[in-house]
Amino acid sequence: MRLDELQKGETAVISEILGDDSLTMRLCEMGLLEGEPIEMIGAAPLGDPLEFCIRGYRLSLRKSEAARVQVNPRGD
Amino acid sequence: MSDGLQSDAVTKVAFIGNPNTGKSTIFSGLAGVHTRIGNFPGVTVEKKTARVGWDNSDLLLIDLPGTYSLSPRGEDEKVSVDVLLGKEADVGEVDVVVCIVDSSNLERNLYLATQVLDIGLPTILVLNMWDVAEGRGMKVDTDLLSKRLQIPIVKTMAHKKEGLDQLKSKILLAIDAKPALTDSPFPEPFNRERDSLSQLIRDLDPSKKTQSDFLMSRLLLDRGGAIEADMVQQYGDKLESFLTAARQRLADDGHRVPMLEAKVRYGWIREQLRDVVTAPQTQRVTASDRLDQILTHRFWGILFFCLLMLTVFQSIYTWAGPLMDGIGAGQDWVADLVASMVGPGALRSLLIDGVVAGVGGVIVFLPQIVLLFLFIAILEDSGYMARAAFLMDKLMTRVGLSGKSFVPLMSSFACAIPGIMATRVIENPKDRLVTILVAPLMSCSARLPVYVVLIGAFVPPTAYLGGIVTLQGLTLFAMMSLGALVAIPVAWILKKTYFKGETPPFVMELPSYKIPSLRIVFGRVYDRARAFVVRAGTLIFATTIVVWAAGYFPGDHTELINIQREKESLDDDSAKYAELTERENELNSELLAGSLLGQMGRAIEPVVKPLGWDWRIGIGAIASFPAREVIISTLGTVYSLGGDVDEESKDLQNSLKSVTWPDGKPVFNVAVALSLMVFFALCAQCGATLMVMRRETNTWRWPIFTFVYMTVLAYVGAFITYQVTVLFI
Repeated sequence: MRLDELQKGETAVISEILGDDSLTMRLCEMGLLEGEPIEMIGAAPLGDPLEFCIRGYRLSLRKSEAARVQVNPRGD
Repeated sequence: MSDGLQSDAVTKVAFIGNPNTGKSTIFSGLAGVHTRIGNFPGVTVEKKTARVGWDNSDLLLIDLPGTYSLSPRGEDEKVSVDVLLGKEADVGEVDVVVCIVDSSNLERNLYLATQVLDIGLPTILVLNMWDVAEGRGMKVDTDLLSKRLQIPIVKTMAHKKEGLDQLKSKILLAIDAKPALTDSPFPEPFNRERDSLSQLIRDLDPSKKTQSDFLMSRLLLDRGGAIEADMVQQYGDKLESFLTAARQRLADDGHRVPMLEAKVRYGWIREQLRDVVTAPQTQRVTASDRLDQILTHRFWGILFFCLLMLTVFQSIYTWAGPLMDGIGAGQDWVADLVASMVGPGALRSLLIDGVVAGVGGVIVFLPQIVLLFLFIAILEDSGYMARAAFLMDKLMTRVGLSGKSFVPLMSSFACAIPGIMATRVIENPKDRLVTILVAPLMSCSARLPVYVVLIGAFVPPTAYLGGIVTLQGLTLFAMMSLGALVAIPVAWILKKTYFKGETPPFVMELPSYKIPSLRIVFGRVYDRARAFVVRAGTLIFATTIVVWAAGYFPGDHTELINIQREKESLDDDSAKYAELTERENELNSELLAGSLLGQMGRAIEPVVKPLGWDWRIGIGAIASFPAREVIISTLGTVYSLGGDVDEESKDLQNSLKSVTWPDGKPVFNVAVALSLMVFFALCAQCGATLMVMRRETNTWRWPIFTFVYMTVLAYVGAFITYQVTVLFI
């Protein structure tokens, strides 16, 4: 599934970042890498952007940007 | 002494770090009053430096822009790389690098640090916000980390000024230290490609000395980056085709270039941090998290945001009152003092009607400007500004901008100049330009004086909700919102036409909330207030004198001076005194009408009459094109020279109320006041803003465009406002 499909409070593990443009590079630099767990914290009042927790810090991504990130929901 | 020469030379220390790490706080804590702010040559990146002397060593501290990565995409990163590589001519070779990281977020912060370490300069790692990490129950074994990275580490709490002395001594020690040497964490295939790239450049340009490994790595890694663009331009297609092929070879080997660097570095960092950082197993819900739940809440978040904005504007209106009265009284006192020392004539008129009225009338608004800057500085330092961008992003994308444009635009409410300079955080050039072009529409603090005077004089202080909100406060709120509302369609049209393109990304850290540091907040308020006063003292002062001279000359003032002399020997209550005053006012009107200013004003009266203005308001509007706060001093000068001002009411608000058309009707009413305010809300009356725009965009095209579109908007807006309001009064 895609990162933007996560529900509030859900954690998933990143499996792939699509594309190879500067957005992909920025996402990687911010620590979104294969195998990394990421938690969906919530959405802005107007529904977009979304707030995530990765590597212990808070990151804001638009839905369109989060859609670049493929994740596997964690079983637990 | 063998090292005598060494200590004479200036040691250059560069400070680098992620945004929100407290880097500027550390820098100002070390640099203090020696800080100089300028620009790096040729680009628009702010250059903050300080020359300090510590223990007989002469140092130049350089604050580099906050960045997440050295991969040069924008100008900020490009300048940082150039400085660190010693390619920035007016800085020269850097001797020591201080890399500042957020202790509570080591993993991501160390990403930049590992890039810095690759440059191979003596580096000091500063673990700032140590208390935040401890508060979260994190433990960091700094000795072990220091041993692994082979660099000195200093723990600091910059907002409490703790650890700065230790940092100072570590910097002094590092001057003669060997550079940090770390093995390349990159896989062997990458190192091979890097070496052949280096060989290729040597073949293409034998005159060049060996390229640094760092630069070659960046060239290979940063697809479409600034270094690639520069080098390909220099070395042509051969380099370009090599890069494409090399990246393909790496991808085939399982090392896709966009991910390669991040994977390698994050993997290396995690290894270094093993057993160094111990964090509690379960992440505690921090106070910052709980606050965030409310402040980004669907309902409460928006409500808080709106209330906050309304509070800011209402309180700068009510709190500043007593302070302004004090300054106004001081100004009267100075005017009386001048009158008692200088006899009637051109000099007294210049001093009282020009200098005191002009500069004093601007300084009087300092309390409000300080309050507005205070609010903005608190919002910035508390971490709320990033949330404001988060909250507003969806709205901003509607006009094709991103939430990142929100902060520069919000800052433009204080002053468009720092606002336009703050657009550097916007990576997308088109977005940045559109933000620059609409920034002057935001209601800057220089517009406040106009609003305050006119609202105070012509809007009744009707109270609602038990006195919490007044009609005056609401009008001020409306005026300050107007520019922002107009900016929406303007930005939308710009993005749909000349600046077509995709909406840029919004990949941004949301920092933890913190209690704003008094020292930082007051430092920022002081800097900006000082800049305002300096402007008031130079540009505005000069304009005031010019306007005074244009209103005083040409004309024969002999009779007027004689009357003023005679009045001084008379009792205020006598009939003769009143008679002379009447004649004095008549003379004043005649003299002003005959002056250069009067002639100009009459010439443009047909143009401004549809706005409800008389020719004197027209003069005021024209005189304030260089700097809009001049309108207040100009109106003061024009009306006190014009003789319409009641002797009993020295204060400008009352003066305005008593001005009449030749037929005795008052010039000012609510419609005229609103029309004038709307004109000022929308007009680009600020020479300094246009100059900054020219500097930031490197062309006169955009300042000229801005000036024209805003002047047209202002005229049309004022026209509609006047014609509509008149129907209701």
